[in-house]
Amino acid sequence: MDSNGVEAARIRQEIDSLKSNKRNIERQISALEAQLNQLEVNSSTVCPQPLSNGDLSNSNGLSPDMIYRYSRHLLLPSFGVQGQANLLKSSVLVIGAGGLGSPALLYLAACGVGRIGIVDHDVVELNNLQRQIIHTEAYIGKSKVESAAATCRSINSSTQIVEHREAFCTSNALEIVSKYDVVVDATDNAPSRYMINDCCVVLGKPLVSGAALGLEGQLTVYNYNGGPCYRCLFPTPPPTNACQRCADSGVLGVVPGVIGCLQALEAIKVASLVGEPLSGRMLLLDALSGRFRNVKLRGRSLQCEACGDDAVLTRQTFSEFDYEKFTQTPLSTGPLKLNLLSLDDRISSKEYNEQVGRGEAHVLVDVRPSHHYKIVSLPNSMNIPLSTLEGRLPEISAALEKEANKENGSNASLFVICRRGNDSQVAVELLHKLGFTSAKDIIGGLESWTHNVDPKFPTY
Amino acid sequence: MQLTLEFGGGLELLCDSVKSHNINVDPQDGEEQLTMKNLLSWVRTNVIKERPEMFMKGDSVRPGVLVLVNDTDWELSGQLETVLEEKDNVVFISTLHGG
Repeated sequence: MDSNGVEAARIRQEIDSLKSNKRNIERQISALEAQLNQLEVNSSTVCPQPLSNGDLSNSNGLSPDMIYRYSRHLLLPSFGVQGQANLLKSSVLVIGAGGLGSPALLYLAACGVGRIGIVDHDVVELNNLQRQIIHTEAYIGKSKVESAAATCRSINSSTQIVEHREAFCTSNALEIVSKYDVVVDATDNAPSRYMINDCCVVLGKPLVSGAALGLEGQLTVYNYNGGPCYRCLFPTPPPTNACQRCADSGVLGVVPGVIGCLQALEAIKVASLVGEPLSGRMLLLDALSGRFRNVKLRGRSLQCEACGDDAVLTRQTFSEFDYEKFTQTPLSTGPLKLNLLSLDDRISSKEYNEQVGRGEAHVLVDVRPSHHYKIVSLPNSMNIPLSTLEGRLPEISAALEKEANKENGSNASLFVICRRGNDSQVAVELLHKLGFTSAKDIIGGLESWTHNVDPKFPTY
Repeated sequence: MQLTLEFGGGLELLCDSVKSHNINVDPQDGEEQLTMKNLLSWVRTNVIKERPEMFMKGDSVRPGVLVLVNDTDWELSGQLETVLEEKDNVVFISTLHGG
């Protein structure tokens, strides 16, 4: 076993070292290709070809390489040389390199947008790869922006990729967005959506907005050509418990994939001045039933606090606005951490493990939804989802009694666990009210079990 | 009056995860027309099974819910005063933030 372990470690090290060399070489190649391309562009502008009268085909600014690369675009009568030339001159900012940003960036890089900016502060994690298709296993633990930029460059070295490895916030938003023509909102939380909208209104930038959760997606273009902005539609933020996150509710990877592709499409239409962007309309995707619905939205609201006639939104008020307070939601997507109980009503996962080790009589109630329980659970736990807890108290009483009898009548303890230690606190509060006064929650839930007791216990 | 109601963006969770409902609802006694205001209170009583505060606020929908009457934002048809007609399709959809 030991020599196998050493051998495996050596092989892993060699793989890592080779991968690192490979990345370096790819970076050098892509830099050289970009250099070469620039030389070709310069030479074609420095030495203009002689023109015959009325023949525009050589004056379109497209190098032979570009004509070949984008030939399928040029062949489209409704897009053609003009559409491609507009695209090459344009710049698009993609905020968020996650489930929506991944496919959007792949198409934007491929299609020949002149300059693409990518904003994200996050790193790539294994549980991103199911939907964030621009990233690969080699980039786990590395910056999403670095990873996405490398993929974009490997697809199209002639597109300029600008990396903004920082969180998008009111202190940098104006400066970043002002450098681009079109903004793609590929973020995953309410405060960012309001902030990006307001920033685009202040700077007069069209905003391609997409969202996806579970098996549904939504797409529209805001602040375009006199159309409504996000605040015209949603002047008041929703209650915080109405905002589900992919990390809690799940999402089928291809759903943000579809919406992200459509965001690229809308950004391309806006940037190339071709077609009819989805402004004043919204596309709703119900993936489960395979239905798209294209609905007509209200126009710009005269009373809108961002873009209305009496709106007072300026660069100054924007940079001072507290979006987290406004939406009652943190900008970072970290999970919620409740603190409802006194320490006496709680127990750490380590202490719980010790009690189990000593064979002390107890009942462990897991209050996660049953589809979570099916993913993974602790042995000897009973699953009573929080939403059904009140109606299933007799089951808990019976389990406690049975456990106490095993130990000749001594009292059995009651512990409650969930995924991260929030719902378990809610459950314990409820149990206390309903007469189970000794119930305790396991601090930090199953995540803490993995961190502090059993590193091999799966997380999700 | 026969209407089709659809719930999306997570609102279906408030009505036993059923997205589409064919319903039969008539104007209240003494009234000739059924407005969205009437329909909302009917839906709250007859369709919403849990957490009604996640659907309504006051006599309208809560912030973050789009209402579509025949695929058109209800802001364009008079919001609460929109008069419904036989076979109308009414969609309630919660705005999504995920990505």
